[in-house]
Amino acid sequence: MPLYRARVLVSLRPSVLDPAGEATRAAAGRLGVSAIQRLRIGKAVEVELEADSLDGARAQLELLSDRLLANPVIENWALEQLEPATAEA
Amino acid sequence: MTLGIVVFPGSNCDRDVQWAAEGCLGISSRYLWHEDRDLSGLDAVVIPGGFSYGDYLRCGAIARFAPVLQEVVRFAEAGGPVLGICNGFQVLTELGLLPGALTRNEHLHFVCETSELTVQPGSCRWLKGYSNGELLRFPIAHGEGRYQIEADQLPVLEANGQVVLRYRHNPNGSVADVAGICNAAGNVLGLMPHPERACDPATGGIDGQRLLAALLG
Repeated sequence: MPLYRARVLVSLRPSVLDPAGEATRAAAGRLGVSAIQRLRIGKAVEVELEADSLDGARAQLELLSDRLLANPVIENWALEQLEPATAEA
Repeated sequence: MTLGIVVFPGSNCDRDVQWAAEGCLGISSRYLWHEDRDLSGLDAVVIPGGFSYGDYLRCGAIARFAPVLQEVVRFAEAGGPVLGICNGFQVLTELGLLPGALTRNEHLHFVCETSELTVQPGSCRWLKGYSNGELLRFPIAHGEGRYQIEADQLPVLEANGQVVLRYRHNPNGSVADVAGICNAAGNVLGLMPHPERACDPATGGIDGQRLLAALLG
């Protein structure tokens, strides 16, 4: 079966406080980068999977993201990238 | 009367729960390895504190798929009493047996101290030994204990009397000072504080005894 490469971005929902992001924003100020208005920390999950088609890959990734990678109570997810894996990569 | 104590790779309060049950209260217990599927003969199940599967991804997210927990869900749905302490509470929310989620403490620090709690037992079977408004002292020890729930869901929990334990001095930024939540049916309780560490007089307090002893009567 063909191989696909994807990246899923998991981010905290806007209503959820991100203390780690706030701490990082404070550190950025000490670095001299003080104009930051908003900084939120999420996760980027890189996945390679075999599927019979692009649509089949998307369906598996959606299940994975919705049921495991993100907790819908506090997080949103987005399928950032999905493409056939090239031989050299 | 036999208590099942779930053990994941990374659990670290399983022996504390066993000592509280057997050593302090004379309740027999049995460990349930995360791959076990046999809950026969058990009257209640405790999911103890720790760092299940290293808590990778999110606290409790990997544990949710453990074979033993599929059986615990069936047990709970049949009315069996289930208690989740600390990491166990996080697991119960990931499982969907309790609403909401536990997130990073607001101030980012791991908190390890004695917390004062007010209890509103409602119909929670685990808390029937306490009176409404009673003040309890249980130790807390967590880095991700900030209870979070959608703004429109919190009033539903409040109206149902499911917010059964609250901090007097909020240590982590939890909404509405939530320390513990019970399901609507009253048989599943999750809390961040550690009642099993408040059972042996040698460790400073016995306020937790009535919680585990609720199973006896």
